[in-house]
Amino acid sequence: MTDHTPPGRTPLVLAGIALAVAIVAPLLVWTYARRDPELWGIPFFFWYQFLLVVLSVVLTSIAYRLVIGHERQRRAAEGLSTGGKGGDAR
Amino acid sequence: MNDVDPVALVVFLFFFLLVTVLGFLAARWRKVGSLDTLDEWGLGGRSFGTFIAWFLIGGDIYTAYTFIAVPATLYAGSVTGFFAVPYTIILYPIIFIFLPRLWSVSHRRSYVTPADFVQGRFDSKTLALAIAFTGILATLPYIALQLVGIQAVLDVMGLGGGEDAGWFRKDLPLFIAFALLAAYTYSSGLRAPALIAFVKDTLIYLVIIVAVIYLPTQLGGWSGIFDSAEKAFSSFNSDNADAIANGEASSKGLIPGMGVSQWAYASLSLGSALALFMYPHSVTAVLSTKNRNIIRRNAALLPAYSFLLGLLALLGIAAIAAGIQVSNPQLAIPQLFEQEFSPWFAGIAFAAIAIGAFVPAAIMSIAAANLWTRNIYKAYINPQATDAQESQQSKLASLLVKFGALVFVLALPKDFAINLQLLGGIWILQTLPAIVVGLYTRWLHRYALLAGWAVGMVWGTFAAYNKPVVGDPGSHFGGSVGPLEVFGIEISENLIYFGVTALVLNLLVAVVGTLVCRALGVGAGVDETRPRDYLADAGDPHVADDLDPIATPKGP
Repeated sequence: MTDHTPPGRTPLVLAGIALAVAIVAPLLVWTYARRDPELWGIPFFFWYQFLLVVLSVVLTSIAYRLVIGHERQRRAAEGLSTGGKGGDAR
Repeated sequence: MNDVDPVALVVFLFFFLLVTVLGFLAARWRKVGSLDTLDEWGLGGRSFGTFIAWFLIGGDIYTAYTFIAVPATLYAGSVTGFFAVPYTIILYPIIFIFLPRLWSVSHRRSYVTPADFVQGRFDSKTLALAIAFTGILATLPYIALQLVGIQAVLDVMGLGGGEDAGWFRKDLPLFIAFALLAAYTYSSGLRAPALIAFVKDTLIYLVIIVAVIYLPTQLGGWSGIFDSAEKAFSSFNSDNADAIANGEASSKGLIPGMGVSQWAYASLSLGSALALFMYPHSVTAVLSTKNRNIIRRNAALLPAYSFLLGLLALLGIAAIAAGIQVSNPQLAIPQLFEQEFSPWFAGIAFAAIAIGAFVPAAIMSIAAANLWTRNIYKAYINPQATDAQESQQSKLASLLVKFGALVFVLALPKDFAINLQLLGGIWILQTLPAIVVGLYTRWLHRYALLAGWAVGMVWGTFAAYNKPVVGDPGSHFGGSVGPLEVFGIEISENLIYFGVTALVLNLLVAVVGTLVCRALGVGAGVDETRPRDYLADAGDPHVADDLDPIATPKGP
């Protein structure tokens, strides 16, 4: 919080990569349009997409941490409040 | 026709009355001032935190369409039916990227609708009108879809009167339900669906989790369920082999097999995800949050609903294994609940679906009403409108929009609920260049954007119109994907969602048009936003907590 230098762009680039993976993976249909291996009798096609939901949550959470950290630094450097007024409870 | 089961009916009516009472009480919930401003009535005072926003946006996105149409397409053996899951996966990273900027600029400049932003950014009333018009047009079939969901439930409960009943007997319960919905939306605004969403989602999670655990034990486990579905599909395919070969019927399956249908699957997912957050009701829900990060945090929390949606879709396959035989696939899930569960639990499930229609229908009608008030009434009819007049206009417009949706449902074939919504999706996607590209750059010219929008709208509508229903040559609106073909030139046989193709054409026209406008020196108007507006957060200078559209300076 005491660091008032403007932040670099690295966290934003990393967050962008995480989000891009979350967007592109479900679009590559040929990578998962098959029956085997089954899990509890559910074809791969279906259970893999449930796995993608979990993957997307993980990647989006990582992007959230990176972007929030970057935004705090930027706002501190600009002398703006860093909590967001009335800061929403986590 | 089913007989009315008294237990299921009593449970259903109990929850229906509960949400009706909540809807009216919502007017007093979290109230800070008078409801006579658009910010209070139409955006819930822009005060919702992470928790409420999760329920509200969840209630907004996962509608009765979720409960009826998605499992119905899997039940009907469409290999692309499960696309709703990847669609709602890629939706959230996209929301994470674009919507915080829209939140910031809207709060900094007191915008209520996406068309407000386009007006401020591009200084063109015509372009803003086009955006508002598209929003209203695309929202109507979406609300109509919610009505179709309620109808499916009423039919299975035996309240619909069956196909032979007169229109009055058939549609009366629907009219009553919708009249009550319209009344409390009118009096409580966005607070009503926000409060009802809690009931809706609690019931929905309960019903799905119980169903997903209980049904496989009755139907031979998931392997038994998938085996019987595959048997049913392959016997259908061999019985109808000639018709399928002649293009008079579609083959059925579980997994998109060839590249052709995989392209359809991927382009439907991408196109629908891009379309969803262009819809006015998504923007309304997002702008009702109290600071910039709530929407980002929710992008990581909302996929919980996508997981649920996937489970629900699998129930469509379970319905095949359970031997459900319905000619209208949209009745498959309600029928499954009626057949497999005791009446009181079926009543809860029916209530969950019906309430699942009320929440989005209320938000959508509010969003469409805001568009009418801000971008048509205030822009063209009464520029001097006061806060109270704006709010009054929106309330009346929300009633009209719901009535329009009723007409939509009664005038069009109901079997194509999902395609109606996809037609709306094609239209709303055409507003993307102005809104999303506009959030980052003003390079595209306002008149080029208008031309691109017009080309995308016309091409997309014609493509959907010309698509025949399988087995019925010369018919229309038979689906929303087709071989990639533009103005008679076939580019690829892969099936592509019309909305995506129309959007690409739209962008091409916008880019070329921009170059032409610049070469001719056509004025680009004045941008009233500043780069810093796109990064503003609550608590910053000039970001009002309680926005007052009159007192806040507007325009350059």
